[in-house]
Amino acid sequence: MTASFKGKAPSRRAFLKGSIAAGGAVFGASAARAAEPDPLITEVQDWATGLGDGVDATPYGLPIQYESDVIRRNVEWLTADTISSINFTPIHALDGTITPQGCAFERHHSGAIELRKDDYRLMINGLVDTPLIFTYEDLERFPRENHVYFCECAANTGMEWAGAQLNGAQFTHGMIHNMEYTGVPLRTLLNEAGVQTEGKWVYVEGADASSNGRSIPLEKALDDVLVAFKANGEALRKEHGYPVRLVVPGWEGNMWIKWLRRVEVTTQAIESREETSKYTDTLANGTSRKWTWVMDAKSVVTSPSPQSPIKHGHGPLVVTGLAWSGRGAITGVDVSLDGGMNWQPARLAQPGQSKALTRFYLDIEWNGEEMFLQSRARDDTGYVQPSKAQLRDVRGENSIYHNNCIQTWWVKPNGEAENVEVS
Amino acid sequence: AAADARFGLGRPALPEEVAAWDLDVAPDGTGLPVGSGSVEDGEMLFSDNCAVCHGEFAEGVDNWPKLAGGEGTLADKDPLKTVGSYWPYLSTVWDYVHRSMPFGAAQTLSPDEVYAITAYILYSNYLVEDDFVLSNENFLEVEMTNTDGFIVDDREEAEKHFWTAEPCMENCKDSVEITMRAAVLDVTPEEEGAGEE
Repeated sequence: MTASFKGKAPSRRAFLKGSIAAGGAVFGASAARAAEPDPLITEVQDWATGLGDGVDATPYGLPIQYESDVIRRNVEWLTADTISSINFTPIHALDGTITPQGCAFERHHSGAIELRKDDYRLMINGLVDTPLIFTYEDLERFPRENHVYFCECAANTGMEWAGAQLNGAQFTHGMIHNMEYTGVPLRTLLNEAGVQTEGKWVYVEGADASSNGRSIPLEKALDDVLVAFKANGEALRKEHGYPVRLVVPGWEGNMWIKWLRRVEVTTQAIESREETSKYTDTLANGTSRKWTWVMDAKSVVTSPSPQSPIKHGHGPLVVTGLAWSGRGAITGVDVSLDGGMNWQPARLAQPGQSKALTRFYLDIEWNGEEMFLQSRARDDTGYVQPSKAQLRDVRGENSIYHNNCIQTWWVKPNGEAENVEVS
Repeated sequence: AAADARFGLGRPALPEEVAAWDLDVAPDGTGLPVGSGSVEDGEMLFSDNCAVCHGEFAEGVDNWPKLAGGEGTLADKDPLKTVGSYWPYLSTVWDYVHRSMPFGAAQTLSPDEVYAITAYILYSNYLVEDDFVLSNENFLEVEMTNTDGFIVDDREEAEKHFWTAEPCMENCKDSVEITMRAAVLDVTPEEEGAGEE
């Protein structure tokens, strides 16, 4: 693919902006004694004397204007158009684990459709005793569950297979979001229709033109798959499947069917376009893996990173990032400052939850030394996140999907960071 | 409530409703409607409905998907994965075209039209002759190039060395050299938003 963007990388721009804002003088001087009284303190500020907005100013609020760079971003050259395309969560600027829905990534194959609850229908058919139709109101009458899970696109980090390409954690690792879902177990709905003994798979599809049909083994469908209608406390966003989506814990995001309209119990996998042409992983010898459903253990340092350079000078530095595994819970994250020669355990903000994002921190003293920052996740199955070299040894460079390699950020003495590969 | 409790919610689906939505076709032909279409008819239909994105010969326009070509390239540095070179089953072509194409006007093709377009895509991949007529009856006789090119996920075997009891923590390698830099490639979009002039 041809590069179609001009100008400096975002890290450079962000860095320069930061330097200018800080006047250049305070760099490395955070603990210095103030020479003059600070007018932000000694002079009465407008907000301390006048009035703010009334409670009726914003019935449903957006982030304050100063956070307007914390947004989804698109990479134009990745796809033929913006309808069957992807955008990226600004993970470099977020903390904790819950992704705000308004900047949580989108991936559509025929656009984000608008489907009213009144127009919504869910069909269960195929090898069932009674094919059923549910309205949205019907779904709200089944017993509900709440779970936090990550949804990671199978192609997350996919542009990085052949080398370091996109300069920022948002672009290399931002096809992911993590939400608290409310919904009904799929098993409850299947039970209502009565699955027949010949049933071995379910085929699930959306109401949109692409349909995004996928085959799921019945065992998974009856285990933890959720038919969700709320995320992070409120209705799903239109672009995330309003009013109803499938949540398939730990499995590649493509299977999280949005605008879910039909679940068919079958004897066999349908081998749809999204599980043959796409979401199959070609190995070096030309054969391809199919049904690579689980997302393996993975992590990334979100700050410092190319879009989140060090602007505060020397001294205490918070190194932070995210770890997750589709196989279970994160049990630990190791961080290296020297490109993987030596590692130290990071601190998990909360114990790892199964198939959900986990936040980690490493608090260090940084005095301008060059760093090659890496993170390495471990999960409760004993899986250790591999290097890109280890993955390439098994898979070659053309599998597109499922790149869970260790990421390296080169942090330079001036605080800028860059996406690199190291030996 | 017991694990198998039923709640009496929903209503039985009518046969017409199931027929309207259950359109999927499996590799063994399950789900195919009765019908047929020729390469000749398919060429006209493809030209009218598909060629603006996929090219007159299914070779693709700009960044839009190429549907033909690439045979024998799957182990290359840059494989070309098309219906001819990569797709394992013809059922998927029929099913996907019928349900989701043309892009922006999906579900506008009749079964006979889909048979004809599928026949033309086969022809454009040199898999059938120009007088070929595809129907629900001869559908399974068409041989696809890469049917045997897929294996079921074997990560737990092929990658079992990633399940490591104790990863290395100290002195894991002697040196670290930069081997590739994203800034050199320079294909990342510019920042937009706060502070942008």
